[in-house]
Amino acid sequence: MLQRLRASRDRWLGLVLIAPTLLLLTALLLVPLILVVITSFGSRSPDGNVIYTFSFENYLRLVGITAEGFDPLYVEILWRSVWLAVQTTTLVIVIAFPLAYFVARAPARWRNLFLFLILVPLWTNFVIRIYAWIMILRNQGVLNSLLGWAASLVGLPFQPLDLYPSAGAVLVGMIYEFLPFMILPIYTSLEKIDDSLFEAAADLGANAVRTFLRVTLPLALPGIVAGTILVFIPVMGTFIVSDILGGRQVILVGNLIQRQFLDARDAAFGSAASIILMALTLVVTVFYTRRFGFGEEIVKA
Amino acid sequence: MTKRRSPWVTLAAILVYVFLYAPIVVLVIFSFNSSRTNVTFAGPITGFSAEFPDPRTSVVTASPCGPFHWFCTLAGNRELINAARNTLTIAFTSTLISTTIGTMAALALQRYQFPVKTFSEVSLYIPIVIPEIVMGIGILTLFGALFRFLNASLGLTGDGRLAMGIGTVILSHIAFSVPFVTLVVRARLQGFDKAVEEAAMDLYANEWRTFWRVTLPIIAPGVLSGGLLAFTLSLDDFVITFFTTGPGATTLPIYVYGLLRRITTPELNALSTLWIALVFVAVFITQRLERRAA
Repeated sequence: MLQRLRASRDRWLGLVLIAPTLLLLTALLLVPLILVVITSFGSRSPDGNVIYTFSFENYLRLVGITAEGFDPLYVEILWRSVWLAVQTTTLVIVIAFPLAYFVARAPARWRNLFLFLILVPLWTNFVIRIYAWIMILRNQGVLNSLLGWAASLVGLPFQPLDLYPSAGAVLVGMIYEFLPFMILPIYTSLEKIDDSLFEAAADLGANAVRTFLRVTLPLALPGIVAGTILVFIPVMGTFIVSDILGGRQVILVGNLIQRQFLDARDAAFGSAASIILMALTLVVTVFYTRRFGFGEEIVKA
Repeated sequence: MTKRRSPWVTLAAILVYVFLYAPIVVLVIFSFNSSRTNVTFAGPITGFSAEFPDPRTSVVTASPCGPFHWFCTLAGNRELINAARNTLTIAFTSTLISTTIGTMAALALQRYQFPVKTFSEVSLYIPIVIPEIVMGIGILTLFGALFRFLNASLGLTGDGRLAMGIGTVILSHIAFSVPFVTLVVRARLQGFDKAVEEAAMDLYANEWRTFWRVTLPIIAPGVLSGGLLAFTLSLDDFVITFFTTGPGATTLPIYVYGLLRRITTPELNALSTLWIALVFVAVFITQRLERRAA
């Protein structure tokens, strides 16, 4: 009797405590998501409002099927976004790994300082960080000035490089924005590795490369997977980096969605594009975590 | 046992640190630029003068504030001060609310069994795995439809109409930061020894008193880091604010974005420098507080 009373009391307390959060998440996350799905099947009225219908026209347009035949415009945008996200994630892993390793193997009393130094750039604003890269990459910017100065030292002629705006600038900006999100998870998994494992590997005659491939890398994998999810999803959806560093030349799916909602006023098409974006990120996330699960089994074996 | 570390790892680490800090150093240096166009560094402003230079001069040689000329002009920029005020209002309000309800949710999920538990856990993961832009346009669609409906049915016209603004931004910021607060506080609750609470109850403290005198002080560091995370997320947010803001509710990131598409002067660098300095001080203070609490 007392126990049943207790259980029902627990239930009420739990419900009361979760209620505000649940209401908010339902109203501002679930309902909006459902609205986006509904809108994506609609079409645009001449004055820019949404006519709620049930047609797959927006999705067909996104994959290039139109009344006039195949139009690759949107497929190219989707492909460009995925490819950029893959490039960014790969480069970020390559750049983050040595630093994460360095910090994880540093003397304990230095580690906090090194970690702090990784976080500081994150605290400057996202938009301000993009501005910094404009200053570095533009035609008469810092990088070109340095290169020109170096060229004049050795007496070579120098033409300023066209670095900004460009697709390369967008890639650099993306790497810079999301690098810390890869360093931290890799650091977390590397830090857990027991020193004795490296000693054991050395005792068994493994050289540096072999130790790295058979010990360090497999144990760092959970960190790399977590970092990939933290980097890949935002890169796919960001539109400011490409908007500003790409000078409106590099159109990603994020830019497409933003323009449909604000300039073109075709919310239905924009919603369809965001559903595709969401589907792409979910597919990649699920695929990647599945594969990692498989990888873990190999390590255990 | 000495740790062997390849010099290549150290070199690579140094290079990555340079990559991380070069843009910040550039930002700070250029905030002292005497050239208004701010493309190349024309040296710092060296002279002092009684009056502010004509805003049309391309190279500022003297100012009442000397080298800190651009920091002084910031103080007179009304648009910017409004944006800063909005940013802080939004960040403080949303942090306060999301930390409170997020902590409550963490307690509920960690301690109690209730009907919608699984559903709650799943919905808490949504903002973490879904691109921000999708959330942004979703909330935009919701408020757009809701306000259209309410304005029409209540017959509101002119300035009385409901529109996007600081309120909608605050609500959206709470929505995307609650899951992070819950995650952090839950992590702290997992290592919680329930025996302490039972001891308090044995000593006749009621549940409410136990919560305030025992539970909360123990989970306080978790609540504090959750709140700090929510505050940072709110300050830094661009995408969701971009879609949920309205006239008069410009935040600093939105303001900076607007400037980037027009002309930028060293004033923007001065703003960035100030921002970095303030964040640095804030983090330093919270770290001190946390250390004292620990």
